[in-house]
Amino acid sequence: MALHFSPAVPELGEGPRAAQRTRSARLSGGLTAALGAVGLALGLSVIFGAPRHLQIAWLLPLVGTRFELDPVSGVFIAVTGAVSISVGIYSVGYAQRERWARVPMAVLPLFVAAMLLVPAAGSVTTFLLVWELMAAASLILVLSEHRREAVRSAGIFYAIMTQLGFAMILLALVVLSAASNSDAFTAIAAHAGNLSPGTRATVFLLTVLGFGSKAGLLPLHAWLPRAHPEAPSPVSSLMSAAMVNMGIYGIIRIDLQILGPGPRWWGLALMILGGVSAVFGVLQASVATDLKRLLAYSTTENMGLITLALGAAALLSSSGAPKVAAIALTAALLHVLAHAAFKTLAFLAAGSVLTATGLRDLDKLGGLARRMPVTTVMFGIGALGASGLPLGAGFVSEWLLLQSLIHSPHDGNTLLALAMPLSVGAVALTTGLGIAAMVKAFGVGFLARPRSGAAENAREAPLSMRAGMVVAATACAVFAIWPALLGPALRHVLAALSTVGGHAAGPQLGTYLRLPGVAGSLAPALLAASLLASVLVALGLSRWGARHRPAPVLAPLWASGSDALSPRMQYTATSFAEPLQRVFDNVLRPDTDVEVTHFAESQYLVEKVTYRTRQADPVEQRLYPPVVRAVTAMAQAVRRAHNGSIHLYLTYGAIGLLIVLLVAQ
Amino acid sequence: MSALAVVAAALQVVCVLAGAPLVVGGMRQVRARLEGRAGGGVGQPWRDLRKQLRKQQITPRGTTVVFAVAPAIAAGSTLLIAAIMPIFALGSPLDSTADLFGVVGLLFLGTVALTLAGLDTGTAFGGMGSSREITIAALVEPTILLAVFALSIPGQSANLAAIVSATLHNPGQVLSLGSVLAFVALVIVIIAETGRLPVDNPSTHLELTMIHEAMVLEYAGPKLALVEWASAMRLTVLLTLLANLFLPWGIAGADPSPLAVLLGLVAITVKVAMLAGALAAGEVFIAKLRYFRVPELLAGSFLLALLAVTASYFLATPTH
Amino acid sequence: MSWIGRIRRTGRIVEPANDAPEACVTPPTGVTGSLQLRHVDAGSCNGCEVEISGAFSAVYDAERFGVRLVASPRHADGILATGVVTHNMRQPLLNTLGAIPEPRVVIAVGDCACNGGLFANGHGVAGSVADVVAVDVEVLGCPPTPAQIVAALRAVTGR
Repeated sequence: MALHFSPAVPELGEGPRAAQRTRSARLSGGLTAALGAVGLALGLSVIFGAPRHLQIAWLLPLVGTRFELDPVSGVFIAVTGAVSISVGIYSVGYAQRERWARVPMAVLPLFVAAMLLVPAAGSVTTFLLVWELMAAASLILVLSEHRREAVRSAGIFYAIMTQLGFAMILLALVVLSAASNSDAFTAIAAHAGNLSPGTRATVFLLTVLGFGSKAGLLPLHAWLPRAHPEAPSPVSSLMSAAMVNMGIYGIIRIDLQILGPGPRWWGLALMILGGVSAVFGVLQASVATDLKRLLAYSTTENMGLITLALGAAALLSSSGAPKVAAIALTAALLHVLAHAAFKTLAFLAAGSVLTATGLRDLDKLGGLARRMPVTTVMFGIGALGASGLPLGAGFVSEWLLLQSLIHSPHDGNTLLALAMPLSVGAVALTTGLGIAAMVKAFGVGFLARPRSGAAENAREAPLSMRAGMVVAATACAVFAIWPALLGPALRHVLAALSTVGGHAAGPQLGTYLRLPGVAGSLAPALLAASLLASVLVALGLSRWGARHRPAPVLAPLWASGSDALSPRMQYTATSFAEPLQRVFDNVLRPDTDVEVTHFAESQYLVEKVTYRTRQADPVEQRLYPPVVRAVTAMAQAVRRAHNGSIHLYLTYGAIGLLIVLLVAQ
Repeated sequence: MSALAVVAAALQVVCVLAGAPLVVGGMRQVRARLEGRAGGGVGQPWRDLRKQLRKQQITPRGTTVVFAVAPAIAAGSTLLIAAIMPIFALGSPLDSTADLFGVVGLLFLGTVALTLAGLDTGTAFGGMGSSREITIAALVEPTILLAVFALSIPGQSANLAAIVSATLHNPGQVLSLGSVLAFVALVIVIIAETGRLPVDNPSTHLELTMIHEAMVLEYAGPKLALVEWASAMRLTVLLTLLANLFLPWGIAGADPSPLAVLLGLVAITVKVAMLAGALAAGEVFIAKLRYFRVPELLAGSFLLALLAVTASYFLATPTH
Repeated sequence: MSWIGRIRRTGRIVEPANDAPEACVTPPTGVTGSLQLRHVDAGSCNGCEVEISGAFSAVYDAERFGVRLVASPRHADGILATGVVTHNMRQPLLNTLGAIPEPRVVIAVGDCACNGGLFANGHGVAGSVADVVAVDVEVLGCPPTPAQIVAALRAVTGR
């Protein structure tokens, strides 16, 4: 379905309003990119330098603000910064094309600033403050096109789920802070050993659910596929490539670092959560026909893989295999970086398609390769990275994850003996379905012929949008071919995560990736070069016998002898995914409706057949309504206490005060 | 890694190039003889290839560069696998470039290239073939990676040379439960990946039953030759992988003498010929599975691979 | 398992090959012993189709001589056309021939394909195959026997 219509030829030079908008867009985009550059520089300096802290007492009454920077925060700040550079440059052109109002343009740099501050927060109150700032800014940006009904409902859904996650995080951090009698993370970490197992377990579960919701993990992931398609594409990129990382950061900081080495079931819980999220996310992506919804579910999948890797690191290090745990941890961190790169690129390319055609629906796109060649290549690089194939940005991190899973110790350890093969199976299924999803997105959306008039009239994106995409594509290429560049940085970050095996020597990321202590090696650059050589050899082979050939010719498609070949006869995204949908029918449960209209004159002759299929989120459909009903019932019950009488309310206040005074005794 | 090992690696690639059509020809001959026919001879695919290379190059209207380079990518990725794997000798210079996971990734790269080409034609059958091919590829990947896991347990590594050496040093573990289950799972994987019966009939004319063929209906002349060559090389490389991972005897070491390399060549030729013959003979007795039954077959192979891994975990004694 | 016994008992059922007939056209591209054909039924009664399937069966085994029927004309070197050309099949026959890469041959099998046969002046008939496309090899007969068809194919492949 076409969701909003851009005038076919947006002329940018019409009048003072357009000039004003251009200036504002440049200012907004430039500021975002500048903030990103500052963030990247700051993050890198923290990774390679000494940890820093900053205290600003007057910013918040009673507790003040604390900022602590160590390599773990550094890497997340750096990633956010890098993504923001690319998105900032891109949004200069996008804001002009889409005629953004002043509010989104103003809030975009603010959002980036808030995201840069979250990993830097060093106390509970600071953390919650900047977390809410980030959430509020993202909500405003999601509601940029609030005039559309779909955007408003997506915004409300997103707001509620964000606050739900925030409530859990708040509860967990408050419990932690109360138990350690302090507000600062360093003090909490020092006291973490004295906490009771019950407290630790409670905090763990609440943070995993709360931060997991932000990261898009099941079961509180439903906001992702709703908010991302409706948000403007630069915002979707920032949310998918930078904001969801904050969920992962929260899990790493609170559960793996501060709460220290936890019992074995923590690692197992993270692995199960990650594995289920990954498989569910990629399954939904493989049957999604909306391009941005597909990419949103792919984010759930990748966050699931990262959580699986973190869980594997925790489980392995608590099972006495720190070297293998270090490999899993490297895999997790590298995947955070790689995912940021290819997801940014994919969303920016999708945004480019959206501005050019007004369409997100893959069933109506197609043929963009000739009309938008740069966007096609950019999306191709992003899709290759998302699919985890060699030469893609996500291959090395996935390889590291698989290596860590297969090298786990098997000294009769039943838990590992069952968990590791099932995890490998889950990762493999995720990869396979991810390949299917990305082939569908790229093949149906960009190749062959356009399936609608809007796709036919597509034009290439303006220069700033292309430049933003090229920045992200360069990062993808670096991750694919030369991950050795990240080696020193990752080593520093690993050293800060000693509770999950970071103290052991991690993989050596040189020209050959070598795994100390286990036998395994990979050389991405050499692999790429050899593949190029082999392809050239194959091309050379096809020249054999060329002198006997008649002249080459451009001919119409054979298409099994069809005479009138229309673009409607091509496979659509729905038909492409239909076999997979059939195989996983019990999990997906799509809503299918077939309507047959007969001729009025004769019931034997069919005039029209209408086929409608709708794929909703099964977790949302089955899990959320009962919870919502229960909450509504409780609210209705409590409502009886609100009868409007001032005297009653004053009585409530007095009783509440009495209780607080009694408890505080 | 000696100079002779490098020569052996180059020789491997050339022999796979030259021998792949012979393997396909051999399989067709075995089928023909079992059906009571005479068959076209083992050299028939080579004649067909030479003829296709001399035919006109046709570019269908509306296709992009993806359609044009997909055959080269499919063939190139298979050639690279042939260069990485130990076929005649163990010390291939590219051995540490990619391990078995990398090889699986390269296989999928070839599949994806042809799938995108099928979609790029913009025909209904092209899309149908691509859709079916990618579904099977997605469902076969868990089995492959679990089988790789099972194979990597004895040698503690997923690098191909390490796996082969581990089997050479400990021949008895080929008969272990984990190994046998992994072998069966891999046979099903090879049948699914190369499009043989019962998953796909390579010689069918019925487009509605095609999987691999439907994607390449638009290719002609030299590109068709590359596509068919790539399919034949894929089959050969996968059979060679099966042979060397489970029955590696005869392969030369990391620093071989010319005689050892020759012995390796003879050994692998015999092994691949026997495996190909067995596969072709098996095809005579099987009918093609209905497409929507194929996921059940693949789920069964996944269970076998999972059992292989858990069996290896509890029964194998890793050699350090 | 009983099939293995039956295979062994049946043995080889293909008829021994006669001497190769002399070539009437040069093999396409000059490579002998390789010919892929796309069969087109331009309006036949299917009598010739039965004989063609007999020619490719285990008894006559035309694949011995390098001939194969393929599904797509892009994979083929030529057309094996049967039947008189009806009005509806005239354009598809031309399209199919146009989809075949050069160099290509047209082999017309049966009296109908060569000169209209029984249906020569029928009201739904556009003409014989020779009237629509240029034919390189004609196999006369109503229907021609599989041996005749195989001989004609061998005359093209040169094997």
